[in-house]
Amino acid sequence: MKVRLSKDPMNVIITGVGGQGNVLASRVLAGMLVNSGYYVTIGETFGMSQRGGSVMSHLRISQKSIRSPQMPQGGADIIIALEPVEALRVLTKYGNPDVAVLSNSRVVYPIGVITGELNYPSLTEIQDILQKTTAKNWLIDATGEAVKLGNPVLSNIIMVGALSATGLLPIDRRSFEKEIARNMTADKRPINLLAFDTGAGLI
Amino acid sequence: MGNEAIARGALEAGVNVASGYPGTPSSEIIESLAIVAKARNLYVEWSTNEKVALEVAAAASFAGLRSLCAMKQNGVNVASDFLLHLASSGTRGGIVLVTCEDPGALSSVNEGDSRYFARMLEIPLLEPANFQEAKDLTRWAFELSEEIRNIVVLRSVTRMSHASGNVICGKLPVKFRKAHFVYDGSIMDPLRGPVISTPVVAKHTLQQEKLKRATAIFENSPFNTYSGPKKPELLLITSSACFLYSREAIGMLELQKRVGILKLCCTWPLPPKLLKKHLNSAGKIMIVEEVLPFLEENVKTLAAGMAGEIGIKKFYGKMDGTLPSVGELNPDIVAAALAKIVKVKYKTLSTAYTKELRKAAALIPARELTFCPGCPHRASFWSIHNAIALDGREGFVCGDIGCYAMGALFPATGYHTTPTLHSMGSGTGLASGFAKLAAFGFDKPILTVCGDSTFYHAVIPALINAQHNRADITFIVLDNSGTAMTGFQPHPGLTVSAMGEAVPSVDIAGICKAIGANVAISDPFDLEGTCKILNSFLADKGSLNVLIMRQICALSPEKKGKKIFDVQVNEALCLGESCGCNRLCTRIFRCPALTWDRSKKKAVVDEVICAGCGVCYSICPQKAIIRTEAKKK
Repeated sequence: MKVRLSKDPMNVIITGVGGQGNVLASRVLAGMLVNSGYYVTIGETFGMSQRGGSVMSHLRISQKSIRSPQMPQGGADIIIALEPVEALRVLTKYGNPDVAVLSNSRVVYPIGVITGELNYPSLTEIQDILQKTTAKNWLIDATGEAVKLGNPVLSNIIMVGALSATGLLPIDRRSFEKEIARNMTADKRPINLLAFDTGAGLI
Repeated sequence: MGNEAIARGALEAGVNVASGYPGTPSSEIIESLAIVAKARNLYVEWSTNEKVALEVAAAASFAGLRSLCAMKQNGVNVASDFLLHLASSGTRGGIVLVTCEDPGALSSVNEGDSRYFARMLEIPLLEPANFQEAKDLTRWAFELSEEIRNIVVLRSVTRMSHASGNVICGKLPVKFRKAHFVYDGSIMDPLRGPVISTPVVAKHTLQQEKLKRATAIFENSPFNTYSGPKKPELLLITSSACFLYSREAIGMLELQKRVGILKLCCTWPLPPKLLKKHLNSAGKIMIVEEVLPFLEENVKTLAAGMAGEIGIKKFYGKMDGTLPSVGELNPDIVAAALAKIVKVKYKTLSTAYTKELRKAAALIPARELTFCPGCPHRASFWSIHNAIALDGREGFVCGDIGCYAMGALFPATGYHTTPTLHSMGSGTGLASGFAKLAAFGFDKPILTVCGDSTFYHAVIPALINAQHNRADITFIVLDNSGTAMTGFQPHPGLTVSAMGEAVPSVDIAGICKAIGANVAISDPFDLEGTCKILNSFLADKGSLNVLIMRQICALSPEKKGKKIFDVQVNEALCLGESCGCNRLCTRIFRCPALTWDRSKKKAVVDEVICAGCGVCYSICPQKAIIRTEAKKK
């Protein structure tokens, strides 16, 4: 289902904390878009940065060509965050008044917050920042829903499902099914499809 | 992924042998080839270190096969002694050394630039500038290597290797080569004689002729491209991921009609005629590259030689400070430099909006790297720290390369143990040196750590050195059963090869014993037992003591997601700040899953993050942390 993008390239950032399934989410999303005929460039870092640090994937979606794997500052169209403070971290560097933010509300405390040296903003403060700095935003309890499904790591797919329901990108359940048929073993597909649907239901 | 594209290029070239040592951002090349080893009739191995890996690949080349050897930037340093001699002896079957480098050190403790090896050792250097080229250039590198009968270096960077983009695949060959090593010809016969670097001057002459042939081929290579106006106001010369940043920056500033880009994939030796043509077209030249000014130096050298014909040019780059001389670049850095030179402004966000973002930024807590929940290293360093404190002589640890390098990062642990961190195996060499400083009044106990894969890679010579020279050190192997940091690649201590075949394991304890060390083995999750052994070792003077701390990585496929214990905090028992322990659990131990409830002022376990190792049970003086055998799912 190749439709004209509202902007070319569409710049998407998927962010979170190492271990939350950030890389898988970016691959699944990119796979869905590539299957539909778009050029997708992904820039990501892993290795050292996955050890409890902030992780970030840049997705550049275009009908014309591949792009730089790092997008310009202030250039994000969509930010998907598996952790709320990571949404803000990315927003302060890549945000602009037209940006849409879809964030998991479940917190993962940095070590500095656990020790008491640093503060973590309250959910109200986070919502307030999102209201003031984004065109659209959604804060959803993806981890809570994933725990209900039996595995917290499914929160990444729940976010992808939620993204599809926002209508921001040309992706749907069929393109997700097609992608996981290609890249996931058959035993894992039903639970991931359920996670996708759960996410879509949260929007 | 760029690395998959490189692997695909090698397959399309009919590669027969692939070897390497894991290192971010290079590891997926060998991993991808290992997956298809059987189907494509390949031999793929993870070698003990990069030098051995290159030797394994070179043997295949000598026997007329095509081979690829992959490593990260500092791996080239390890392989470089052999590489010097290989470049001089020449090769037969196509052989490509792939180095994946890490500008900005996103996953490294250095940002080494190994392009200089190509110049220093006089071999060709290729750099892909997009994902399609990563595949196509790799494939072509084998042909070039066979054309000039020498090794070719292909350099990638994190933003190429670990970035992904659309690639159109080519055909895979249907015929496979047979190995055939001939050495009965004259010493100067490159295809039939013995493969050695002597007579040195004659072979060196031959090597330089090969390089000249490569230069001539580069003049007409379709991989070097120009886009932009015929007479650009400013000419950008760039390579690798910097091409994508440059193109983006030109687009951001809408300078397509004013600024041209010469993208070079063949970056050493530079093709002089091509450079001359383009240098002639513009008065201002900007060179965009990451880490050191390699391209800039080489372009300027050529331009100086041609100055009589092309005139004097104004150069912008790292040397004049137009671009930063350290760290990685991005489109914004290039755009800012461009905007300054051609005197344009680019759209920025409104001040009101930027003010809101700045307000938000002030509320965001930093997220420092830390050991994962359930990581054996957190427990290991806990015992090391306690043993040093109990010993009371201010002992310290010489660190080494792996996830446990985070032992040297203060925020990862609530204490300092590890003041040195250098290259693989250097911890043991440094410890060996520190231990000999007693004659100069330096009498602290010296400890050193290394991981299991690092042990085989570069530690053994240093350990032999310590034993032979009577360096009194406590040597700790943090054995987590795999090359964990780079994604669990097998190493010589395991019984499975890169291709999944059964192989004999080489026992670390046995090697240490053979060297003459006292060897003990502990489970780092047993804090008390581990600490006891360490203290007995620290007190023991005059011998080399080895403790192997054995516990599988929490992220390993066999362990991930499987809790041994369900862990909870008994709020009634936790005394919080008034305990007197200074929050040992949440200030000193520092597990991301063991957090602090600010309203209740008590420790609390985040069950979503907890890996269920149960180690925190042993650290609470109040026994307020409870662990029970996890229910099987």
